[in-house]
Amino acid sequence: MSDVLKKITFTLNGKERTVEVDVRKSLLDVLRDDLELTGSKKGCEVGECGACAVMINGESIDSCIYLAVWVDGKEVRTIEGIEKDGKLSEMQQAFVDEGAIQCGFCTAGLVVSATALEERGEKMSKDEMKKELSGHLCRCTGYHNIASAVDKVINK
Amino acid sequence: MYDFNKYFEAETLDEAKKILKENPNAQIVAGGSDILVEIREKHIEGLELMGIHKIKELKEISIDSEGTISIGCMATFHMLENNEIITKHIPMLGRAGGVVGGPQLRKVATIGGNIANGAVSADTATSVWAYNSQLVLESADGNRTIDVKDFYLGPGWTDVKQNEILTKILIKKEDYEGFSGEYIKFSQRKALDIANLGCAVICKLDGNKFSDVRIALGVAGPVPIRCKTAEDYAKGLEVTEENINEIGKKAVLDGKPRDSWRASKAYRQQLIEICSQRALTKAAQLAGGK
Repeated sequence: MSDVLKKITFTLNGKERTVEVDVRKSLLDVLRDDLELTGSKKGCEVGECGACAVMINGESIDSCIYLAVWVDGKEVRTIEGIEKDGKLSEMQQAFVDEGAIQCGFCTAGLVVSATALEERGEKMSKDEMKKELSGHLCRCTGYHNIASAVDKVINK
Repeated sequence: MYDFNKYFEAETLDEAKKILKENPNAQIVAGGSDILVEIREKHIEGLELMGIHKIKELKEISIDSEGTISIGCMATFHMLENNEIITKHIPMLGRAGGVVGGPQLRKVATIGGNIANGAVSADTATSVWAYNSQLVLESADGNRTIDVKDFYLGPGWTDVKQNEILTKILIKKEDYEGFSGEYIKFSQRKALDIANLGCAVICKLDGNKFSDVRIALGVAGPVPIRCKTAEDYAKGLEVTEENINEIGKKAVLDGKPRDSWRASKAYRQQLIEICSQRALTKAAQLAGGK
């Protein structure tokens, strides 16, 4: 295939990056394989499980069904960009404190979506919050502790 | 890595039309949430894709002085859910957008893709049908506007030609003013699922009588359909539980569901009856019926 590489410029976790990407690659593949940010996980690869969620311009999306070339000119934040000054963010700490992590595979995506919710700065009911997080599958926790962690931060 | 042969990025609408004309195998990728999944799951090879993400005008939702609402093809479901014009005038479409897939998907998946790929389960297709929308198709060779009733040709097959872009969905004032509506997506899960039946009903009342009823169904036939028999029957009827039950029964006559692994024909027929009754009851309540 000709013209397989395309140069794109975007902000990644606060730093401007210019990279040549294969136009056939998903954002998730570019993050994990080319940029070595392996925090975002590859689960279903069809946009159902949410393990690959990252923020684009402040909104959580599934990076497995999003072509990398589409982030040209945009701002991307991954789980690696959630911590603050080397310390866990409030949301990450809440996941730890509430026992919202078991195997951990869904955690990165959930923390990204929960952080996007937190940054909207609105309080919300548990039902609204659950709807907002319904794009994530977790096979371990039964969701209860995850909901408690997010509730604790959003509705503090 | 996705297995396609070429990728074009259109910076403007004119450029997009030109690319489609000059590359007879090129096809549009909108949000990508259908086509990318299909490439992977069905092992489709050799596609030539054209992205239209950078064309700002395709994301606009507006209303003109005559009250016609225009929805750009690249408006995402998340935008439909939250846009003031939609929530004020055609809230059923916003609610239908709010039940597609999951939250992350709704931020990238678009109404244009949902309509143009012709999927019978498309959650917004039924609302687009119920509001008698018009679809604007543009190409380097000219533009045309067609009624949604002429748009669906068969399963996954619509009237969009290879060189055309579905740029806008138009809804006229006479098709939404005074109507109230309800969309029911019947599926096994609340999120991340495809409908067993989609049912969009809008109605208008004259006193306590139905002056206009429109029932649109998804997954009740090879393409999204309208229930003409039920709609004609409903006109002029008093808003009563009995009448609504009867209208639901008539809707079953219009449906042509089939057996699939997701649900049997008999089950879907029952869903058509029950869902149209429930949606019409809610729509009538919203319209002030007793």
